[in-house]
Amino acid sequence: MIAGGLLAAPLCCGAPTDPSQIPSIFKPQSTPANSIFHLSLLVLAITGIIFTVVFSLLVYAVAKFRKRGNDDGREPAQVYGSNQVELAWTVIPILIVLVLFLATARVIRSIQDAPKPAGAIEVIAIGHQFWWEFRYPALGVVTANELHVPVSNPSNPTPTFLTLLSVDTDHSFWVPRLAGKTDLIPNRVNHTWIDPQETGLYLGQCAQYCGTQHAKMLLRVYVDSPEEFSRWVQEQRNPAVNDDAVAEGRRIFETTACVNCHAISGTIADGHFGPDLTHLMSRDTIASGAAPNNHENLRAWIQNPDSIKPGSLMPAMQLSAHDLDALTGYLVTLR
Amino acid sequence: MSSATFTRTTAEPEWVLPSRGRVGMFSLIAAESAIFTIFVVAYIFYIGKSVSGPTPTDVLELPIFSTICLLSSSLTIHLAVRALRQAKVGAFGLWWFVTMTLGAIFLVSTGREWHHLIYDKGLTVSTNLFGTTYYSLVGLHAFHVTVGLLAIALAMIFTLLGKVKPEHSERAEVFSLYWHFVDVVWVIVFTVVYVIGR
Amino acid sequence: MSSETIALSTVGRDARPIGERLHDWVVTVDHKRLGILYIVYALVFLVIGGIEAIIMRIQLVVPHNHFVSPQVFNRMFTMHGTTMIFFVAMPMLFGFATYLIPLMIGARDMAFPRLNAFSFWMTAFGGVLLYFSFIGGNGLYGAGNAPDVGWFAYAPLTARAFSPGHSTDFWTLALLTSGVGSIGTAVNFITTILSMRCPGMTLRKMPLLVWLNLIVGGMVILAVSPLTAAQIMLSIDRYLGGHFFDTQAGGSAVLWMHFFWIFGHPEVYILIVPAFAFASEIIPVFSRKPIFGYPVMVAATIAIGFISFSVWAHHMFTVGMSSNGTTFFTITTMIIAVPTGIKIFNWIGTMWGGKIQFKAPMLFCIGFLFQFLIAGLTGIMLGASPFDWQLGNSYFVIAHFHYVIVGGILFTIFGAFYYWFPKMSGRMYNETLAKWHFWLFLIGFHLTFDFMHIPGILGMPRRIYTYEPGRGWEIWNLIVTVGVFFQTAGVLAFVANLLWSLWKGEPAGNDPWDAWTLEWSTSSPPPDYNFAATPVVHSRRPLWDLKHPEDPDWKYE
Repeated sequence: MIAGGLLAAPLCCGAPTDPSQIPSIFKPQSTPANSIFHLSLLVLAITGIIFTVVFSLLVYAVAKFRKRGNDDGREPAQVYGSNQVELAWTVIPILIVLVLFLATARVIRSIQDAPKPAGAIEVIAIGHQFWWEFRYPALGVVTANELHVPVSNPSNPTPTFLTLLSVDTDHSFWVPRLAGKTDLIPNRVNHTWIDPQETGLYLGQCAQYCGTQHAKMLLRVYVDSPEEFSRWVQEQRNPAVNDDAVAEGRRIFETTACVNCHAISGTIADGHFGPDLTHLMSRDTIASGAAPNNHENLRAWIQNPDSIKPGSLMPAMQLSAHDLDALTGYLVTLR
Repeated sequence: MSSATFTRTTAEPEWVLPSRGRVGMFSLIAAESAIFTIFVVAYIFYIGKSVSGPTPTDVLELPIFSTICLLSSSLTIHLAVRALRQAKVGAFGLWWFVTMTLGAIFLVSTGREWHHLIYDKGLTVSTNLFGTTYYSLVGLHAFHVTVGLLAIALAMIFTLLGKVKPEHSERAEVFSLYWHFVDVVWVIVFTVVYVIGR
Repeated sequence: MSSETIALSTVGRDARPIGERLHDWVVTVDHKRLGILYIVYALVFLVIGGIEAIIMRIQLVVPHNHFVSPQVFNRMFTMHGTTMIFFVAMPMLFGFATYLIPLMIGARDMAFPRLNAFSFWMTAFGGVLLYFSFIGGNGLYGAGNAPDVGWFAYAPLTARAFSPGHSTDFWTLALLTSGVGSIGTAVNFITTILSMRCPGMTLRKMPLLVWLNLIVGGMVILAVSPLTAAQIMLSIDRYLGGHFFDTQAGGSAVLWMHFFWIFGHPEVYILIVPAFAFASEIIPVFSRKPIFGYPVMVAATIAIGFISFSVWAHHMFTVGMSSNGTTFFTITTMIIAVPTGIKIFNWIGTMWGGKIQFKAPMLFCIGFLFQFLIAGLTGIMLGASPFDWQLGNSYFVIAHFHYVIVGGILFTIFGAFYYWFPKMSGRMYNETLAKWHFWLFLIGFHLTFDFMHIPGILGMPRRIYTYEPGRGWEIWNLIVTVGVFFQTAGVLAFVANLLWSLWKGEPAGNDPWDAWTLEWSTSSPPPDYNFAATPVVHSRRPLWDLKHPEDPDWKYE
């Protein structure tokens, strides 16, 4: 039934869905997701066979041994058991379990104990209520919510190895087409890795309930070509754009509570409770994927975050309309 | 109205089943053991993990005297129950009283140790991981001693009023199982907290 | 069996004032009345928990819906899970066992009748505490309400810093209270079964329902206590400044997970084993054969009981355990499939060569077999840990465990209702309405829970109050929600049947099913004292021996 549903999924009705944006675990694009996919085929095959056999026995029993209309009223033969049959249906499942287990153990090790090659990109992912902080220590980059990684060529792999931390509650990093999920747990260091082999955008989201806005702690992983990735890194390392035309907006930013939570390199703002805004406009979305990143949404977000993400931890800043416009005008220059 | 008749054939073997009190108490002890196990696991897991504050070596002293008292009370309660089974109600009352005294000494001693730890050494349940796990584990045990002591005191009152008879010896024995359990738990807590953890 | 002459005087004809009759129910220590109290209590909460599910499904029927706020939704899934496990499934299953065990072993009542009553009222009070949170959860700053931390309440989300007010505390207190009730019930089960069987009923001659509830009793004793311990630790953290799960002070969030799941996994076996017990009583009677492989069924269940304490971290495959840890829990999880599968085969073996009657109890048990098979297989998929790294914490898991709990446990509970309702009330239910219940509920169940696997495969995680359009999840969520209305219709038919039959059902007589265990030898409903004379038995099916003196079971067992 599930297999049929999956086959029907691309054909189904409703709003047109770009197939590449369906984060299906059966469309892997990276080695960990791929290994899991192949293991899953074995598991599905075995369980499929077991289901077919047992289901057939059940249907047969229900059909063949039902009480007929012309029943003679006598009780059927009272059979108490059979040692041979019990032995058979004990030994066979044990053998099946053994096969499954050995196949699974291999995949566990190949993913969890994979060595880190020399060309690997290192990222530290820090979970917050309800956004993602990404740091590339070796490259000097700090960003939020949208992860950029280079595509990995199997002959010269450049996978991305992530160290997973949390500042508050439990979270979980899940981008189904790239890898299984791994949790971000406070006071604990976890690791995961991906080596996507095709460029594109991969969607995911937080997969461990972390509070009110767990549902909108979305993930966007941009797999770039090597050139695009280098260009992105360069742009991220630049200090913030300092456009005099929006000096008033910048002044408002630096003199209100914004600086307590946010950082913009090259200004006095060095807060770490909220995302780094130095290159805010290089991102496609705001509020960890909750809304597209444009002037109107940005303004609405600052005016009242609860209008986009009710329960997020950013307070409504209570700015006058004039200050709000100036501030938004400043922020949209931060490419 | 039961309408089935079952014939009892002659020469049936005697039908003996375990006593309800004993089975019930063992089940309760199993449940309590599971609770204690979790607190012990938490204690062991957090040994050495406090980020600040006093360590066990800094502040803990072996509670030898109170341990001897508590463990001896297992012996005295056993003597009390045996006396009651032999219909020696007077001897029962005496040994029962000694048990109660020994248990009370243990509790007072624990209280004094805690007073010293809190006021002289600055260790409370919120100080650090050691404080949290120490007071929880030792406190859970002391709570079980207290409940047992209340039951013993109640039985003591009944004894003094002359209401306790030799036919109550099985109940006293079932209760003593609980008291022995409390002592065994103390042996484990003592080993984990004062020997291994220090 | 003089069933025709059984007077109906004990059924609804009590002419005393209503106050006195209610008072009797409140102060009763009779296991039969306490059993019925548990069952009715659970039914009420089934409806409440069902409403919480309906609210969630309406919110999720389309993406970016605004039926309820995220705060309300998060309370709904927390309350739904907590209610269904602790105040529906457990009381329902304990209620049936409390009613049936003394009758099945030829005893007059449970070993500790007053403890029995105390346990029920503690459980009942726990439910009241949990729901009081809606109005009482406000702490300082009016911050509280019903708990919204998920039914497993992971730390440190439950710390004061992240859950202000008293909502988490109501969760803790409600479960501590009902946990005391559960442990009391378990002590009663174990003691009753070991110490009060009638002459001739050795352990090898007990009905399977009794054996399986003995094992459940043992599991409750060992599994509920870790939850109690963890909740005491959580309360010490929240109120005394403790640091058990305070990650800022070096505490471990994972430790809470270990303690919770050491309870949580055996707990789900505590729920399913009584369902196995119902199936093991109903399927033989409606196949007209004894259970196939009684000793193996007992051994397999004991094995399940033991192994269930070694698999808990398969709920934690994604927390970053070492590969050795992951491997260990993978093998134990897969091994538990073996005794579980054996039981399915034995039930089919019971039906094999029989003369199956498709009355309502049997229909629900056949549904159980089919659905439990599938649930077990999706469980094996989740047990293959790398596969769980994808499927875990997604709608696939929600589909899997609802398949077990609704498709497995609730189906056998419905079967048990229909099977023992005549005994408990003295009246037969309406078979036609029961069949409507079965088919409506079956269709609704499959619409909802078959298709629920798919969003999980397509990347939809749990516990989200809304989801993004364009990920391919919309159509499946719509179908899932539609199924809910069929299930609701089925449950309404069920409740209507119960109520109507209580007033207008045909007199049932002692033994409407021509069954073989001791409860069918006494009147329907049984008198207060259960049996006029203590029965003496010689085999597992004492009534078969009576009805077939030329071919009694004790010649073959």
